[in-house]
Amino acid sequence: MTKDGAEHILSYGKLATVWMVLLLLTAATVMITRVEFGAGKVWAALAIASIKSGLVIAFFMHMKYEPRLFRVLLFVALFTLAAFIGLTFFDVLYR
Amino acid sequence: MTSAENTAPVPGGFWLDTGKTGIRSWIFSTDHKRIGMMYFGCVFGFFLVGALLGVLLRLELIAPGPTIVTAKTYNALFTVHGVVMIFLFIIPGIPASFGNLVMPIQIGARDVAFPRLNLFSWWLYAIGALVVLAALFTGGGAPDTGWTFYVPFSARTGTNVSLAVLGVFILGFSSILTGINFVTTIHRLRAEGMTWTRLPLFVWSLYATAWVQILATPIIAITLLLVVAERVLGVGLFDPGRGGDPLMYQHLFWIYSHPAVYIMILPAMGVISEIIPVFSRKPIFGYKMIAVSSIGIAAAGSVVWGHHMFTSGMSDTAVLVFSFLTFLVAIPSAIKVFNWVSTLYKGSISLEAPMLFALSFILLFSIGGLSGLILGAAATDIHVHDTHFVVGHFHYVMFGGTGFAFIGAAHYWLPKFFGRRYDETPALIGWIVMFIGFNIIYFTMQLLGMRGMPRRYYDYLPEFAQLNLVATIGSWILVLGMLIVIVNLWRGLLKGKPFTGNPWGGATLEWSIPTPPPTENFEEDPVVTHGPYDFKGAGVP
Repeated sequence: MTKDGAEHILSYGKLATVWMVLLLLTAATVMITRVEFGAGKVWAALAIASIKSGLVIAFFMHMKYEPRLFRVLLFVALFTLAAFIGLTFFDVLYR
Repeated sequence: MTSAENTAPVPGGFWLDTGKTGIRSWIFSTDHKRIGMMYFGCVFGFFLVGALLGVLLRLELIAPGPTIVTAKTYNALFTVHGVVMIFLFIIPGIPASFGNLVMPIQIGARDVAFPRLNLFSWWLYAIGALVVLAALFTGGGAPDTGWTFYVPFSARTGTNVSLAVLGVFILGFSSILTGINFVTTIHRLRAEGMTWTRLPLFVWSLYATAWVQILATPIIAITLLLVVAERVLGVGLFDPGRGGDPLMYQHLFWIYSHPAVYIMILPAMGVISEIIPVFSRKPIFGYKMIAVSSIGIAAAGSVVWGHHMFTSGMSDTAVLVFSFLTFLVAIPSAIKVFNWVSTLYKGSISLEAPMLFALSFILLFSIGGLSGLILGAAATDIHVHDTHFVVGHFHYVMFGGTGFAFIGAAHYWLPKFFGRRYDETPALIGWIVMFIGFNIIYFTMQLLGMRGMPRRYYDYLPEFAQLNLVATIGSWILVLGMLIVIVNLWRGLLKGKPFTGNPWGGATLEWSIPTPPPTENFEEDPVVTHGPYDFKGAGVP
């Protein structure tokens, strides 16, 4: 499986594209702070941040090319974190 | 038995291995068995320290008003009792000691996946423990916050909270690294033929535990650092006067500390799942359901932390959601209890020491679990919140559960590693005394709580005096039983009858190798052809 991973050396073009998308998403994060839509702002910021970290993990950290097991393990960790944050909102939003 | 038999040298195995000598052969060893032994020695030592503090606490409460210590010392006593028992004994207790000793052998491996990281975990544990101990005698003295370090008090008290939480922070990393090591080992180092459905249930429980260690522990680590930031830098994260939120601390603390009770109890359940079938001479009932319920407990148990906060001023919606989720955890827990009892049915039950502790686990854990439902239901929790009922409940699950399983595991597995065994009769007597003392102290605490006696109070109303006296007498009986059990076990392991072969009749791999196990466990990599409780397949009579 290390062998599989080693075969997928990403081209500069692809890496640069991902980088550009990340920059655009950063710009989007800044822009939504100027739009007023209440609690939706938090969700929008979290959604953009999730997409960005997803791109970094998939391409820069090579997870897209790793065996399925590793992706499942990583997903478990991310899902748990999302559950922790999400459940806390049952208190914060309704207090 | 003659004395010659008693003093005959047992085969060396891993005790003789190693190019190093003296203490270096231990503290720099990467052998999982030596590391497991070091963990066992440390956690057991801290168990004794914690127990001593507990006895002193009970002695203070023997009568209303000041008795043996001042109020300030009492606050420090219950805090240090909690910190030592939780972070130094019960969290690393079974996984780090028996997990390290037994798990690699049970899956047919020569060691864990990262032996050096394993040693590093032990070093972190030792350093963390020293830092916690240093906090007791330096700065403003032992912390007086309770083991939960709740803000705003923990941010303001003059006692040495900063150093204590730094110690817990270091201990957390030890726990995370053990978790990473165990998950990797169980995925990567299983012997040929050791499929997931042939894994011993102790390994399944360690696997579920390891995930909780990896996912939840970082949260307590960062939370405790935030307390230090609050104390030292005054950042105001938890201070409402500066826009902070004290409830946020409770969320962050319990997001780890509730799953942590499953780090404590899951490996204990794994131990019970090993002992019950062996001493019932019967394959375990519902293997797959017990395995899956370990994962179920880990998953469901991670999302119920809010039930510690029903009276905190958290939103009613959150109270409703967390109360509902809490009831879900009862399902996988009950699956285990029913399957253990079903395994006993029509079994050929042999009441030796490990089995006695396993059977009492089932009863005590069930009492603790059911009293937990009273606390999980928001309406009844309001009534008994922060009373002695909670203390009684917690000790039923943690001491009656994990503590009894730990002692049961010591009777079951340690003879395998020492090559000598204890005497059955004192073990039986000690167990009976322990069981009686245990129920006197902790059932009385639940009664006290029902009648409204708050926890962590130095003084109490005269109407509680009689039951407090009973509970304190119970603590003496419990300690007497523990002493009988411990002395008997200790003497047996050092000087008892030789223990060779497979006297318990276990079908898991650790019983197929020499006693004590050789350095790399197996001369040749084993090929597994039968399940962990297939006694016929293993050729066990």
